[in-house]
Amino acid sequence: MSTTPSGTDLTAPRREGRHRKRVHLGAHFPGVNSTTVWRDPRAGSQTDFSSFAHVARTAERGLMDFFFLAEGLRLREHRGRIVDLDVVGRPDTLPVLNALAAVTTHLGLAGTLNTTFNEPFELARQLATLDHLSGGRAAWNVVTSSDAFTGENFRRGGYLAHEDRYARAREVVGAVRGWWDSWADDALVADAAAGTFVRADRVAEVAARGEHVRARARGLLPRPPQGHPVLFQAGDSPQGRETAAALADAVFTVHGTLEAGQAFTADVKGRLAAHGRRPEDLKVLPGATFVLGDTPADALERARETRFLQVGPEQAVAHVEALWGRELPGLDPDGPLPASDPDPAATVTRGRVRHTTDPVATAQRWRQLQAEHGWSVRELVVEVTQRQQFVGTPEQVAAEIDLYVQADACDGFILIPSLTPTGLDEFVDRVVPLLQERGAHRTAYEGPTLRHHLGLPVPAARTVDGEAADGEQR
Amino acid sequence: MLHLAIELDGAGRHPAAWRLPGADPAGLFSAAHHVRLAQLADAADADLVVHPDAFADRSSSDGEQRGRLDAVALASRVAPLTTRAGLVPVVTTTWTEPFHTAKAIATLDIVSGGRAGVQLDVSRTAQEARAFVRSGTGEPGRGADEAPDPDDLWDEAADTVGALRLLWDSWEDDAVVRDVATGRYVDRDKLHHVDVVARRFSVRGPSITPRPPQGQPLVVVAAGDGPSLRVAARHADVVRVAAPDLPAAADLARRVRREAGDRRPAVLLDVEVLLRRERARAAEVLDRLEGWAPGHPARSLRLAGTPADLVALLAGIAAGADLDGAVLVPLDLPASLEPVAAEVVPALRGRGLRPGAAGPAPALRERFGLPRPANRFATPVDAPSTSGATA
Repeated sequence: MSTTPSGTDLTAPRREGRHRKRVHLGAHFPGVNSTTVWRDPRAGSQTDFSSFAHVARTAERGLMDFFFLAEGLRLREHRGRIVDLDVVGRPDTLPVLNALAAVTTHLGLAGTLNTTFNEPFELARQLATLDHLSGGRAAWNVVTSSDAFTGENFRRGGYLAHEDRYARAREVVGAVRGWWDSWADDALVADAAAGTFVRADRVAEVAARGEHVRARARGLLPRPPQGHPVLFQAGDSPQGRETAAALADAVFTVHGTLEAGQAFTADVKGRLAAHGRRPEDLKVLPGATFVLGDTPADALERARETRFLQVGPEQAVAHVEALWGRELPGLDPDGPLPASDPDPAATVTRGRVRHTTDPVATAQRWRQLQAEHGWSVRELVVEVTQRQQFVGTPEQVAAEIDLYVQADACDGFILIPSLTPTGLDEFVDRVVPLLQERGAHRTAYEGPTLRHHLGLPVPAARTVDGEAADGEQR
Repeated sequence: MLHLAIELDGAGRHPAAWRLPGADPAGLFSAAHHVRLAQLADAADADLVVHPDAFADRSSSDGEQRGRLDAVALASRVAPLTTRAGLVPVVTTTWTEPFHTAKAIATLDIVSGGRAGVQLDVSRTAQEARAFVRSGTGEPGRGADEAPDPDDLWDEAADTVGALRLLWDSWEDDAVVRDVATGRYVDRDKLHHVDVVARRFSVRGPSITPRPPQGQPLVVVAAGDGPSLRVAARHADVVRVAAPDLPAAADLARRVRREAGDRRPAVLLDVEVLLRRERARAAEVLDRLEGWAPGHPARSLRLAGTPADLVALLAGIAAGADLDGAVLVPLDLPASLEPVAAEVVPALRGRGLRPGAAGPAPALRERFGLPRPANRFATPVDAPSTSGATA
């Protein structure tokens, strides 16, 4: 995606009138990575509940669809030591979301929870509880990391082979959905006169009989208000895309240009028919940062300042070391890249996804960029770690967001502010009203649940007449 | 001074309580019901509220309450809407990983501003084992068709307390430095691996969640059978006991103290209550509940009577030397809770048995006379420095 508004072709095809698509917007709490600028004097606590409440209330003021929390189950390490340059640590996902349900009324509450290091029966009940206690606002971002490094925090360790992680994830989701459906919609009677609280014959024992998930139980809760909490899936590999098409309601992705977004969206939505699903049953929601300015030049200047706050000299060196797979003592952040090549097999960074599959080729490309532009190591890292972002005046950003959605590059965005907790404020104050003027954003919540906000159907219950449903996925 | 806790379980502990007028049985899974109850307990300035939990359902009978919301979620949900009461969800240690429990309770402490605790219990049933994938992985004593050994379950619970305490301390209080000059967000020398290798689990650490506001949230254990009494006495900050009368409760409390050695946990007696304006009316309601769902005898001392009867009973507990207070367990909700805030607590205050609720909310530990503890990984400021002592 272009990082400057000047790159946007505003004449691309757009839907108008009643065919105009609504933009779906999520608010990502600034996370444990270099996007979050903790060096800014205005940066507040990453831990206090007031920070979470501020972001959630701001998102709800902007009539956004949901609030989103990421998660990592092991603090990241670099060269065998905990990474200390970026934000480190965070509160636990589910207690935060349940507490936020108390201070918001409509906002969806999405949490990232791992399928490898959690038990499906417990996940099913935790997510159903959040859905009940929020009146139908729960969402689960399904992630599958399975590395032994993270596994050291759990008794089974790195028990799951990397290639099996999606197989387990699909079985976990199948079992979880089975338990959500364990109580038929009419199981809870609560008829005091007749003395029937729950009809036992409307509560099915659900058995998962997969290769990775074998368990059986009756669910412990009435069917959630949304039927099933909304499922997000993140992961761009072919396996990830196929998993999203098979079982997700929304896919959290990153893609670059308008064209790349259109290709991705066509690809994942094209996979839906094989699963008996319609294109509108899966929402494509890329993560996106944003920088606003009073003028285009002002926005570009602010973006540049933010980037250099995100990539300090220490982060630049660490980023290069991560690619090279080894310590690079004496590497000057204001100088050139190392003369030697990366070690393709080695890794010094643990606890996060390694995005690059061919470090030697990447290093070659970086050297070319450095030669072409005369960039220092730090300037290079600033450029190559550039994330999808909107930079411009509120008018430009509103137009560009709308364009992406109307041109089917996505269904909306998960906005990632760089400042905790006030980074979302100016988007809600300045961009949301412009999206509303364009008819691309709601002017009031039209229903109580996250499925309402996202325009997703309530899934039909799969248990029938008290017979045991099969939680296994085909 | 008397410690006062309140257990909030659905429509009340009695399985038929949902049928009473005012119970709102269709709303039992809604936030509104649980917020209302927690606010009533908060208005009573209870030291703590327990939300019970298990992975097994309460009943499989059509006429009895069933279904369970996750207790940590409930406590977190009511936290921003209550101001003073401690929040103590039950968490079972048999199937939930200590790493998850540590960060969940630390976060409850964050969202409640230092009012979190946890009551640890174990899962004893085959029904629960079958619900977990791990029961099929060949872990000895944890199979889906094995009868678990209570000693083994409670040994794991004891190991879990140790792991939780280490994980809560795995971040020193001043670990987040935000030092712009050196570009460091944390001082990683103040983050610690815990490296617990227990018989049933291992955990490397550190926690992903910084040290909670209280340092160490309060740990509660109910002393039931022998193994749980041992774990309660040796590891808990607050011990719950259940007994049919005050002399039996005093005996139990003395057993706990003998087992506790130098430690001095608070010992609270469970008191099941059904309160009405008149004694005869309370007895009549209890009869009706027993008629609807027979076969649920009292699990501890039970009082079906008036608020004044409860005040007298609690004054009797306060007068004795062995018990530090009571956990009120209403048989029906909200009917038997409303008079606690309106009448029982004011009367206890009148007798000097409960503090007034003025001033800022105390941390939950403070209510039990426990200071905010030093971090076990931190080097005391006045300690002589020893070279090579840092890990």
